[in-house]
Amino acid sequence: MIPPPGLAARVWGDRRARAGAALVAAFALGALLGPLLPGHAANLADIVARRFAGPLSRTPDGVWHLLGTDRFGRDVLVRLLAGARISLAVGVLAAVVSTAVGVGAGAVAGYAGGAVDRTVVAVTDAALAIPRVPFLLLLVALVEPGAAVTVLALGVTGWMTVARLVRGEVRALGVRPFVEAARALGAPPLRVLIRHVLPNALTPALVAATLGVGSAIMLEAGLSFLGLGVQPPTPSWGNMIASGRDALMIAPWVSLAPAAAVALVVLGFSWIADALERAIAGAQA
Amino acid sequence: MRTALPRRLAIAALTIVLVVTATFAALHVMPGDPVRLLLGPAADPATVTAARHALGLDRPLPVQYLEWLARFASGRWGTSIAQQRPVAAVLGDALGPTLLLVGASLLLTYLGGVLVGAWQAARRASRADAAVTAATTVLYALPSYVVALALVAVFAYGAALWRWPAPLRLPAFGAAGLGADLLGPAARLADRVRHLVLPVATLALVGIAGTARYVRGAMVDALRQPFVRAARARGLSESRVLLRHVLRTALVPVVTLFGLQLPALFSGVVFVESIFAWPGMGRVTVQAVLARDYPVVMASTAVFAVLVVAGNLLADAVAALADPRRERPA
Repeated sequence: MIPPPGLAARVWGDRRARAGAALVAAFALGALLGPLLPGHAANLADIVARRFAGPLSRTPDGVWHLLGTDRFGRDVLVRLLAGARISLAVGVLAAVVSTAVGVGAGAVAGYAGGAVDRTVVAVTDAALAIPRVPFLLLLVALVEPGAAVTVLALGVTGWMTVARLVRGEVRALGVRPFVEAARALGAPPLRVLIRHVLPNALTPALVAATLGVGSAIMLEAGLSFLGLGVQPPTPSWGNMIASGRDALMIAPWVSLAPAAAVALVVLGFSWIADALERAIAGAQA
Repeated sequence: MRTALPRRLAIAALTIVLVVTATFAALHVMPGDPVRLLLGPAADPATVTAARHALGLDRPLPVQYLEWLARFASGRWGTSIAQQRPVAAVLGDALGPTLLLVGASLLLTYLGGVLVGAWQAARRASRADAAVTAATTVLYALPSYVVALALVAVFAYGAALWRWPAPLRLPAFGAAGLGADLLGPAARLADRVRHLVLPVATLALVGIAGTARYVRGAMVDALRQPFVRAARARGLSESRVLLRHVLRTALVPVVTLFGLQLPALFSGVVFVESIFAWPGMGRVTVQAVLARDYPVVMASTAVFAVLVVAGNLLADAVAALADPRRERPA
């Protein structure tokens, strides 16, 4: 795609974009390097001695726990970083799926016009009226819960904003002289759409896609929190928050650490999206 | 926005048909066999066949589809597998508590959001404005279940631990206390209200954060409009300009925002009801999913959508009434 000239520089010039990127990068790096941390294979013999160790404490076996341990004596930081892999991967993949669906639907509707357009718009409006979480529950109710199902379910429930934005852009671009010129030169419609219209129509969808990653991460954590997403013992931020629920008063860090992780990553993505939106508005002005 | 009422109603009806279709499609398009999940891997083929027949899943798809549409329209939503009661009765019991929760949250969301946003717009670009913006940004990034758990930790567990005065120790479970039926009318009402506080506070806090950001933005935009300069030129006081002219203009897009917030609110309701054991639609849906109770899940998804569509129609009507550009009869 062709971003407006200087867009990247404008975004990078925004302090919040850099803060957001730093937050996201920190978690991505942690997710990648997490497995290099000294492993803490749960040793059944000393679970009682290791469980619910506070943050910055050392268990009798001589291991430091930066974020403490949970009820099974597992290191919260190690699990947090393992959960980061799943949460980030599910969030990004779900956003990719929903953006792809949205771009496809929006481009076809905006370019074809007529009855196709009206149908897509009606379906989009209807889909926007479905509360996302109850519909996600319906989707995951029909299959065994897991990471792949979660990606798919989040992907097919989050495409509407992108579709609306892309449709609007494609319609506006369709009457521009360069598109008319391409058509006049005899380019087939699909080629005009893909080569000339779409690359110029994707910029506004960038903002929605960035926000989409954040909301997908939040929803994945929510589904896992309810026990309908990633299943324990595989750690995900959502099921970690749920697992610390009963120990909220004696070991708040078990829930707090993954909750803070979700909030920070969502915040990071929303800062990046804010900066993008500003930069795009500035480039157009 | 100026669309005529019949057209609006037609769109609403179409939306509901599409949603009911989507729930049907989800049941048949998603990979996996709901009957197998329901009965477990050890079920013998005869049992599976019998269950498929009982659920009507062995008929041709178009027949099932038309039947589902007809049944949904007439309110015969089948029988809950887990509760062995009509689905309509299960959801009917849950509808009231959910509407109470959603209504109270919406009221607080808009009151609080408009107040905070207008307060910020009045002192835009000040330090206080920036601080509140930072707070609402963080609050908006917090998932509702995290806010809920934090409130439970402080006002239910913490309040007892730190021996806070009784009014500040709030119940975190259910819609009424154990002995509620034995209380007098006034005490019973107080008990209900106390049970409402934490769930409503959770939804309202997140909602206020979102609405305040939006109201502030809309008011700052409106402040740049020529009519604001005209009002100031006429010598109106700043507070009068803000309240009568700027806020009124900014409220129109805020009412439209309702259409987007309502689905999000119903999503939040699912988590909040699960955490606070609030006997509403969200909790019923989650329990039905865990129990693989498909008739309940399908119907409740559709009912959620109907509620959103109805809410949107209402918002459109309010927006039309609130718009200062609306043509007034001479």
